[in-house]
Amino acid sequence: MTDAATDGLAAAPGKKKRSSLLELDARTKRRNAAEARFKAYGIIAITAGLCFLVGLVWAILSNGLPAFQQAVVKLDYTMTQEQFDEAEAAVLKTAVYTDQFVAYFSDRVREQGIEAEFDADTIERLLGKVGGTIRAFYRENPDHIGQPVAFELSAASRVDRYLKGTFDRGDVSGEGNRFFVPSDFDLVDTLQEAGFIAQVFNWNFITGVDSGVDNAGGAGIGASVLGSFLMMIVVLLLALPIGVAASIYLEEFAPKNWFTDFIEVNISNLAAVPSIVFGILGLAVFIQFAGMPQSAPLVGGLVLTLMTLPTIIISTRASLKSVPPSIRDAALGVGASKMQAVFHHVLPLAAPGILTGTIIGLAQALGETAPLLLIGMVGFIARYPDSFLGGFEGPNSAMPAQIYNWASRSDVVFTEKAWGGIIILLIFLVSMNLIAILLRRRFERRW
Amino acid sequence: MSFVKLSASALAITAVSAGSALARDNVQVAGSSTVLPYASIVAEAFGENFDFPTPVVESGGSSAGLARFCEGVGENTIDIANASRAIRPGEVEECAANGVTDIIEVRFGYDGIVFASQIDGPAFTAFEPADIFNALAPTVLVDGELVDNPYTMWSDFNPELPEAEILAFIPGTKHGTREVFEEQVVAAGCEATGAFEAMMASGMSEDDAEDACLAVRTDGRSVDIDGDYTETLARIDANPNGIGVFGLAFYENNTDKLKVATMSGVAPNTETIASGEYPVSRPLFFYIKGAHLDVIPGLKEYAEFFVSDAIAGPDGPLSNYGLVSDPELGSTQAMVAAEETMQ
Repeated sequence: MTDAATDGLAAAPGKKKRSSLLELDARTKRRNAAEARFKAYGIIAITAGLCFLVGLVWAILSNGLPAFQQAVVKLDYTMTQEQFDEAEAAVLKTAVYTDQFVAYFSDRVREQGIEAEFDADTIERLLGKVGGTIRAFYRENPDHIGQPVAFELSAASRVDRYLKGTFDRGDVSGEGNRFFVPSDFDLVDTLQEAGFIAQVFNWNFITGVDSGVDNAGGAGIGASVLGSFLMMIVVLLLALPIGVAASIYLEEFAPKNWFTDFIEVNISNLAAVPSIVFGILGLAVFIQFAGMPQSAPLVGGLVLTLMTLPTIIISTRASLKSVPPSIRDAALGVGASKMQAVFHHVLPLAAPGILTGTIIGLAQALGETAPLLLIGMVGFIARYPDSFLGGFEGPNSAMPAQIYNWASRSDVVFTEKAWGGIIILLIFLVSMNLIAILLRRRFERRW
Repeated sequence: MSFVKLSASALAITAVSAGSALARDNVQVAGSSTVLPYASIVAEAFGENFDFPTPVVESGGSSAGLARFCEGVGENTIDIANASRAIRPGEVEECAANGVTDIIEVRFGYDGIVFASQIDGPAFTAFEPADIFNALAPTVLVDGELVDNPYTMWSDFNPELPEAEILAFIPGTKHGTREVFEEQVVAAGCEATGAFEAMMASGMSEDDAEDACLAVRTDGRSVDIDGDYTETLARIDANPNGIGVFGLAFYENNTDKLKVATMSGVAPNTETIASGEYPVSRPLFFYIKGAHLDVIPGLKEYAEFFVSDAIAGPDGPLSNYGLVSDPELGSTQAMVAAEETMQ
């Protein structure tokens, strides 16, 4: 049988070759090869993407995780009432607090019988800016004056780097400079052994505020996390209702004519406008014309609302469109008004898509720096607001702005903090996306 | 319908908080990115030592800061502009046109400008202004003739300099540092090499010759850096032959990555800059809006605190960070106390 068929083929050379399922002809082979190649390209693309991702995550973690550790000076410190009064009478009060602490610290170290040569200047070089922390503590807790208090105060940025291994003896040439001299390394080693200097988890980095350029140890991202959070509240409260209302009207109620087409085109265009343009707009309209305060999360939120609106409108319209018309027809058929059909039936079914779009829009807004530059939120802003509502109008920074700021400072410890800030920003973004995924899973309906 | 109610009340809350947003209690500062580090130190210390809130300091460049300063008077304008150069007459006029008339000019110290290269790079250890001019000018004097800059190596015009490709990262034109760089290095080099005289002799007017002196070559050997010193540092890191312009404080914080060159045989440090031996330094200023002094709480205290001996003096935290203290700080303090405005 098989032979006969083969013979038949051979006997008719002019006829088209019959294909066999077992033996692939040249054309099929080519097509299969093309498919295999395409798959390989896809795998290469994904592998390359994954490699970049791994590289990025590795760079962020290896550079940023040290920011969560900090070298501190541990000491049970007692301040007398006279010392407190003396410090409060000075012009630069924090300098007096520092001097008093340095003197006390030197005495304790000598009491421990540590055989090392040092003077007040040496100790001051090893300490961070401790005066401000001490003053703030005693002003808040005046009843602790005269009693021993266990302090953990930040050490100098070079001590911090030395303990983390990014700064060593090779980095100080000759006599050293006013920030560090070679003999300081030995003293740090000795003090670490004696338990005066230690590495601890840096809570201040998470809860603190920005610090001056000479106080790398004191800088924290807390205030700008709050700033970003307040802006996101403004964006959510404004962009979600406006965006959803606009898209429901455009999608369900608006007549289809040239005017609504024109609006539609413009919304799409608006989504592509560079964010810095919204920043200039915010400066001109909200600050200069409407007289709103500079550097305020309220203005930042308004600017980011403008930026986020098109994203929300486009995604909301898409999810409204994806609700099958049969739902509307059924609602209208049983006597619901158009508005009841939309709000009772269409909108709940479109909600997962709307929420996803909103959260993606918010995540995009969270990472935006350019518009904030123009409304004064990029800079040295080192304070927590007095109250929750006051936080909207008082000056505050935002996470990306704070990271940008730290990255441009001369002390390397700030660069480390910038990477650490990126970790916190990413945690924020990932948790927002996680919420989006959960909401979608929870409410999603398949047709 | 609770969704609609919720969004309506949200709008109402926002509107109310916007309405009450008219009493600013913090000092608002903007301007030079060179002054920003110093200002941030002062602002932090001010917040720690006084009961006023910590001032807000933005950067963006001297010109941008002064432009915002001159926008007008009112709580939504800044109180202080930081500048790494003196205010220009044109800017004073602009200010006056917008009602900003009582301006207090405060010079609080000096900043040295240093030339530094990668620590492992060629040995750029000694420069004269003439070297910088020969390396960076579009036209230079060769054998008494003005020609398009033919040099590609530093050793081409000065055998004492290393045999390395010319590549310099200089501050962009929006920086106050650029002006100092031009006036104190490039212009000086132009005169020192005789190019200025040759230009005058070739029939240029004095103004044109001065402008021609300040031009830099555009063939890629001179790169304008519009960002800050960290960007210059990154470029130097990537280019072993690169020479960069930095502030003294920035260099001192990065001595493990940079090596500094002497200028006219003088090494830059706070002593040589204060004495004027090191030729390239510039005064740093901030400008106070007189009309805001009685309105913004803490403004005068901030200004007085900034120029006090404890802060801007030779032993203060600013000097410790790299500021060269002004020998005439005493008269500045008196001027701020008396609120003396510019004439």
